[in-house]
Amino acid sequence: QSGSSLRIVSAALKQGQITPTELCQKCLSLIKKTKFLNAYITVSEEVALKQAEESEKRYKNGQSLGDLDGIPVAVKDNFSTSGIETTCASNMLKGYIPPYNATVVQKLLDQGALLMGKTNLDEFAMGSGSTDGVFGPVKNPWSYSKQYREKRKQNPHSKNEDSDWLITGGSSGGSAAAVSAFTCYAALGSDTGGSTRNPAAHCGLVGFKPSYGLVSRHGLIPLVNSMDVPGILTRCVDDAAIVLGALAGPDPKDSTTVHDPINKPFMLPSLADVSKLCIGIPKEYLVPELSSEVRSLWSKAADLFESEGAKVLEVSLPHTSYSIVCYHVLCTSEVASNMARFDGLQYGHRCDIDVSTEAMYAATRREGFNDVVRGRILSGNFFLLKENYENYFVKAQKVRRLIANDFVNAFNSGVDVLLTPTTLSEAVPYLEFIKEDNRTRSAQDDIFTQAVNMAGLPAVSIPVALSNQGLPIGLQFIGRAFCDQQLLTVAKWFEKQVQFPVIQLQELMDDCSAVLENEKLASVSLKQ
Amino acid sequence: MAAPMLRWVGRGRLWTFARVDGGSCHRRGAPTGSTSNRIRGQSSVAQQPLYTTQKPRKGEHKWAAVVGLEIHAQISSNSKLFSGSQVRFSAPPNSLVSFFDASLPGTLPVLNRRCVEAAVMTGLALNCHINKKSLFDRKHYFYADLPAGYQITQQRLPIAVNGSLTYGVCAGKKQSQVIPKTVRIKQIQLEQDSGKSLHDDLRSQTLIDLNRAEGQLRVDANISVHHPGEPLGVRTEVKNLNSIRFLAKAIDYEIQRQIDELENGGEILNETRSFHHQLGCTMSMRDKEGKQDYRWFMPEPNLPPLVLYDATSLPAGADPQQVINIDQIRETLPELPRVTRERLVQQYGMLLEHSFTLLNEVGLLEFFQNVIKETRAEPKKVTSWVLNTFLGYLKQQNLAVSESPVTPSALAELLDLLDSRTISSAAAKQVFEELWKGEGKTPGQIVSEKQLELMEDRGSLEQLCHSVMEAHPQVVMDLKEGNPRAINKLIGLVRKATQSRADPAMIKEILEKKLSS
Repeated sequence: QSGSSLRIVSAALKQGQITPTELCQKCLSLIKKTKFLNAYITVSEEVALKQAEESEKRYKNGQSLGDLDGIPVAVKDNFSTSGIETTCASNMLKGYIPPYNATVVQKLLDQGALLMGKTNLDEFAMGSGSTDGVFGPVKNPWSYSKQYREKRKQNPHSKNEDSDWLITGGSSGGSAAAVSAFTCYAALGSDTGGSTRNPAAHCGLVGFKPSYGLVSRHGLIPLVNSMDVPGILTRCVDDAAIVLGALAGPDPKDSTTVHDPINKPFMLPSLADVSKLCIGIPKEYLVPELSSEVRSLWSKAADLFESEGAKVLEVSLPHTSYSIVCYHVLCTSEVASNMARFDGLQYGHRCDIDVSTEAMYAATRREGFNDVVRGRILSGNFFLLKENYENYFVKAQKVRRLIANDFVNAFNSGVDVLLTPTTLSEAVPYLEFIKEDNRTRSAQDDIFTQAVNMAGLPAVSIPVALSNQGLPIGLQFIGRAFCDQQLLTVAKWFEKQVQFPVIQLQELMDDCSAVLENEKLASVSLKQ
Repeated sequence: MAAPMLRWVGRGRLWTFARVDGGSCHRRGAPTGSTSNRIRGQSSVAQQPLYTTQKPRKGEHKWAAVVGLEIHAQISSNSKLFSGSQVRFSAPPNSLVSFFDASLPGTLPVLNRRCVEAAVMTGLALNCHINKKSLFDRKHYFYADLPAGYQITQQRLPIAVNGSLTYGVCAGKKQSQVIPKTVRIKQIQLEQDSGKSLHDDLRSQTLIDLNRAEGQLRVDANISVHHPGEPLGVRTEVKNLNSIRFLAKAIDYEIQRQIDELENGGEILNETRSFHHQLGCTMSMRDKEGKQDYRWFMPEPNLPPLVLYDATSLPAGADPQQVINIDQIRETLPELPRVTRERLVQQYGMLLEHSFTLLNEVGLLEFFQNVIKETRAEPKKVTSWVLNTFLGYLKQQNLAVSESPVTPSALAELLDLLDSRTISSAAAKQVFEELWKGEGKTPGQIVSEKQLELMEDRGSLEQLCHSVMEAHPQVVMDLKEGNPRAINKLIGLVRKATQSRADPAMIKEILEKKLSS
């Protein structure tokens, strides 16, 4: 139902119906055709083709490394990639080539995945639109979909189409656009307050944020260390589970990863019935800003579970309303601290001023960071001042504990999984989006997603249906800590029920190769 | 990028906060070299000031100084506190720098087990309470040799707290009396070291070395003065003192400076100062560490709380590689110097100050114990020979115990010869001097070659005494005329004739007998 999935193409590779090189070239050609989406900052064509060649040899020798061998993937440009520029969409890191791979990147490569490139984002992942990076905004592939275009034709008020493109959401918008436009089969995002789930919802994808501590952060250039989690963007839940299986596990280089044994691989059972499930609906998530369409889909989803025999309960997460301001204090404080290393001395941008070290620092940081990053650093340093520390930082930490406890209490009351909206509405046009500043936007857009990061819980956004405008709307499931498999199993059942439509990009792709490919591959018999 | 600055990151170190206070100090004139010792005694020693007998002159206020030390000691480990990079003395600059040490974006700290064990052991040795749970914090400041812009330390909840160290201070006319003192330890914390900046003023460049693997001990002293009974004064911090001598000088100077400042109507600023060793004074710092960063510590989010276990809290089936057991470390703790000293005093009846000397010289205690093991001589004799003769020779030639040409066995044999009255004390000194030449001869060989055996034959000694008396009738006359001290001259002449091989007591006895007959 979700077009050509990783699982399907993986089966095709195994059966020899397509070779890794062919697959790689098709994706590279799609990347070129969709260049205007601005999904990629760096396309690592040579690396990908070389990896494809090696993968092909393995397949020929019957030594496939597994489900990910030969699968094109993309990685958000805030994960360190050895020998490949890693910019965080910032002037500060333009030209910075890390000497090492992030653990998650290394794991993907170890499984034979092909690295197509590094994807666009908001500078240092600070934003909810993928509009605030130094390489320009990312365009949502759905802007060019048949579904959206047809709806717009029906609307007499619609203006100039080309300037009315939609944002992807963010900050992992490049990764979302890359998967949505079929240029790869899975992409890594990062998720600090919703940065993977938000663009997934806007681009009609599965966006999964694993439990904090399940997946290594080593090599992920941090936004907020205590909340950052590598995120996974795919076209279906099974694909997310395959990628999670490759990434999860303790890493000696990240002391916050957990050592408890985790069931591997993350094969998801197909739930026959949901009658033993208890779904919680947090009443505080019903906010006035929520669009009626999302509200209605949320309510329909709850009804669906109930009609299939699940227990659906209203639960309370009473500290939800404090989450935005609490997040603001904690996030900016950590940002102020984490960004201190970008001083122009060792790597990245350095200004021309050399009258003193301090002057060099100041000018380098002024030139290297955009207003959003500088604003957060300024706020964070304000909260870290000795005289403010108790009143802001320590208070926010206490509130964070209360927010985390809200979830614990909800799960202790017997709820297995929480069901919430992912975003307030569908994706909005860029021109609409930039009417508000980054901070206001981030605060609004993270409303349903950021509390989960403060609690370290797993959460996944699942595309549910198209809005009246023909744009995707996602709903979010939140699970107990380290019950990622259970969460994804419920999400998989739900995904099957809702039958979300495949994005139709024929007009965009001219020769329709992508969709033809999908049809061809969809006929491949699946080995279970 | 082609950076003209080299940079590196430091290795682990322990911070010990030793709070020393309570010393009081009398007002007096400008500091002079001769009086500086006095203040040190008062200020750097806890509770009981040593020199408070002098009464303040009328109308003068008494001053009390409070001194707290922050001691930075490098942990003896193979790799750094938070990275796998090696620690090696005098390695080329920036040759031992991991991606984490260079603060590359995305790198995370990984705590070194060995450093934790060393911290626990230090805490136990200093009578500290070991916190079963401790936390890591970031201390922020911008400086070129701090590549992350913050330093990981343990500010809120350190690994060990509330300890004490008992030590001795030499006092009395000859500094021979040892007065036991106790200093309180506030906390011990694991802390990442910064890099090292090398300023090239000529080219206005700063070179940065992120190895920082020099074995070092650095002390920051916090000093304030106040009138007893009144609130504590504003403190200053004198940074980067790297020898005990400079530490003492800096404290002395700073106490007097503060007293003078206050008595002249000035005020003390809460500032960091540096000690200028040529000028012997402290001065306000304007560079990096002089600058206050007004940001507070932030919890280090990449390191979970450090949890330690003991026998009672150790979870069943815990992987020994994954846990640190305080009780296990306690078992591996060597005998502490205080206990050793007490044992030496009890076991060998030596003076406390001798026990201090034995422990303060590297390898000397072991040398002493090896001699004791192999000789029949009295411990007191051994102590005296080791501390006076042996140590004296070492000091004179500026040698370490390990470089001594005399082995414990040789000294033991020598002391045996002395103990069995085979040789006299004077002959023993001669033998020792021969041994020091390191020609590989045993004391026995030296004694027989040089014929240094004590003359045990009473008959020959009587003969010798007789000849000496005959040869010096004037001395004998003196004696007989009532000058009893003249006998010493005769004894000396006889000893000389025996080449110091005869027992002076026996010579005296024979001479007295002959004179009275």
